[in-house]
Amino acid sequence: MRTVLFILQKEFRQIFRNRSMLPIIFILPVVQLLVLIHAVTFDVTSLNLVVVDNSRSSDSRELVNKFVGSSFFLLKDYPQSSQQAMDLINSGKADLALIIPERFSLNQVRDGKVDVQLLVNAINTTQATLANAYANSIIGDFNRTKLPPGAIDNVYAADVRPQFWFNPTLDFKIYMFPGILVILVTAIGLFLSGMNLVREKEIGTIEQLNVTPIKKWQFIVGKVLPFLIIGLFEIGLGVLLGRIAFGIPFVGSVGTLLLTTITYLLVVIALGTLISNQSSTQQQSMFVSWFFMMLFLMMSGLFNIVESMPQWAIWINKLNPISYFILIIRMVMLKGATLSDIAVPLGSLAVYAVVAMTLAIALYQKKTA
Amino acid sequence: MKQNRLSSFLSKEFKHIFRDKRSMLILFGMPIVQLLLFGYVITNELKNANVAVLDKSKDATTKKIIGALDASNYFQCTDFLTDESQVHEALRSGKVKMVVVFDANFERNLVDRKKALVQVVADAAEPNVANASVGYTSQIVNKAVNDIFHQDMNRGVIVQPRMVYNEEQQNVFMFVPGTMALILMLISAMMTSITIAREKERGTMEILLVSPLRPSQIIMGKVLPYFFLSFINAVVILLLSQYVFGLPIRGSYVLLLAESMLFILMALSLGILISTVSASEQQAMFISMFALLMPTMLLSGFIYPVENMPSWLQVICNIIPARWFIVIVKGIMLKGSDLVGVWKETLVVVGFTAIFIIGSIKKFKVRLE
Repeated sequence: MRTVLFILQKEFRQIFRNRSMLPIIFILPVVQLLVLIHAVTFDVTSLNLVVVDNSRSSDSRELVNKFVGSSFFLLKDYPQSSQQAMDLINSGKADLALIIPERFSLNQVRDGKVDVQLLVNAINTTQATLANAYANSIIGDFNRTKLPPGAIDNVYAADVRPQFWFNPTLDFKIYMFPGILVILVTAIGLFLSGMNLVREKEIGTIEQLNVTPIKKWQFIVGKVLPFLIIGLFEIGLGVLLGRIAFGIPFVGSVGTLLLTTITYLLVVIALGTLISNQSSTQQQSMFVSWFFMMLFLMMSGLFNIVESMPQWAIWINKLNPISYFILIIRMVMLKGATLSDIAVPLGSLAVYAVVAMTLAIALYQKKTA
Repeated sequence: MKQNRLSSFLSKEFKHIFRDKRSMLILFGMPIVQLLLFGYVITNELKNANVAVLDKSKDATTKKIIGALDASNYFQCTDFLTDESQVHEALRSGKVKMVVVFDANFERNLVDRKKALVQVVADAAEPNVANASVGYTSQIVNKAVNDIFHQDMNRGVIVQPRMVYNEEQQNVFMFVPGTMALILMLISAMMTSITIAREKERGTMEILLVSPLRPSQIIMGKVLPYFFLSFINAVVILLLSQYVFGLPIRGSYVLLLAESMLFILMALSLGILISTVSASEQQAMFISMFALLMPTMLLSGFIYPVENMPSWLQVICNIIPARWFIVIVKGIMLKGSDLVGVWKETLVVVGFTAIFIIGSIKKFKVRLE
């Protein structure tokens, strides 16, 4: 045990001696977390709308006023033609254009139906879908006030009433915060452990370590523990900051999250150590870590809906530790999931940790090639 | 003679880089894998989400509505609850994304009073999924009711949306420009920053500096191979997006390639700047791979539109070079813009390049003393 302590002492000294790395390990993730959390929102505050009013009647103005009165749209301009409206969308000055036909009158609305055209810039599909939905709800309101009494109210209709649980205000920060925290900590853990062994190789100190009477497991424990402690510290700090700065709820138990975090960090560090072990230069190790980091990140459920992926991708994703951890941390923090709720993902992570760690230890040879 | 020196130095650098097969595989493989993932795997569309149903009425109408929900592409009804108390459990365990609750006497209420209540309880821990689920449910339920009672609800003003630039609303339209920016930015910046920092750390930089090569030639020799490599990546991304995903390139190829070269040059100069301010190879790697990764993904308008962010953050977004390049690529590829359409953004990228180059030259000279 004393041997392990000495190795730990050495590793920590090495980390803290490197003054230029300290801010990158400890300050950069926190700053990124606090800044980036404001960026990740699909809440559309105001879309730029232009209106081509071919009718130019008081009736059409009434419809336009409905749009102006809503908080979703900012009326930017009245172009003369659809072509001009397209140019405005093209130059990015407008997000969508409403085109009212020449023969637009409330009489017509009352008696039957009138088509209005909506041009939506759909490069960003999420935003386009939202814009379309908002426009439809405004027009729906308009119809309700203009159609003869009974035309809309006096029909058979199901009253669909939504309830939003665990995040009643649909706050994106609550949703994204745990995810971004996980990504930042993962990157730090993976890159640091990924560079550790190979650095000793490159500098040549690995040979000095190999001739000492340290046992293999002691060596690995000494290599793993410091990063585990750093990772735990950062997750803890992040959760605390989230609570203080953004009021991110923490419904579940701290113990459950702690257990999950330790298991998860073991997976990440084992993967990093494996990569480090198989690389001959720090650069190579960094590239490989980065490759996996990007894949894990994109399929993690942070920017995508995991369940919507094709089946084969869902299978590949079973090897993605980030995906498990984001799932669990959201369940524990936001929904108060208990150990039995997260048994399957946590169990998978535990198996993952054991396999990866065993591989890392097995593949580490106490000799240089 | 001079020319000869530079070319032999160049060939040394090329050999250096292409010798490392594993890194090569990652540098060239990453863009392909990432693009294919974004095209085929990553989606924000709701598909076959698990839904639980609590049917307190169990009549012909509710059966038809449940059938309609199940038949849609958005949902599959996997759990059938019998009691209100199970709702919380179903959502908390994460087995379903939403619970649809039909009021008792649903059909009778609908026939007698023309109104009946459906409660939709959504797991808003993922707000975008919750929002979309509620919207789709409302549409499906009301369409089913209209069908059952043979009602024509197409009355009043009707919106005819047209999704400009992306008629089929494919996510890949949004992802290609972003992926291109991300890959070119990170790979270019990290490669140059690492190689120069590495020569410094190993002491081989001094050997280069006392060689008859001028500093500008050294820099050129370091940068040119990576310029070449990144440019190939840009071409591969464009070919894939055009021939695999059918993305249009409506503007000029020449302009698009020229803009890509400019962007690569900018990222390479940023890499040189990073290497001159880093104390070690490790620090250079962390700055270029870790510090740039998340800001480039989240603050560039890649996934989340900059316009929706708080105004102080939009100011920060302006210093993310990828933000401007994404506008340029979207403009040329999807909107068919010419140089007149993107000159402002181009000028900004030129400005960044100039700043980075001047910054590195200043720093580099200090080192030479």
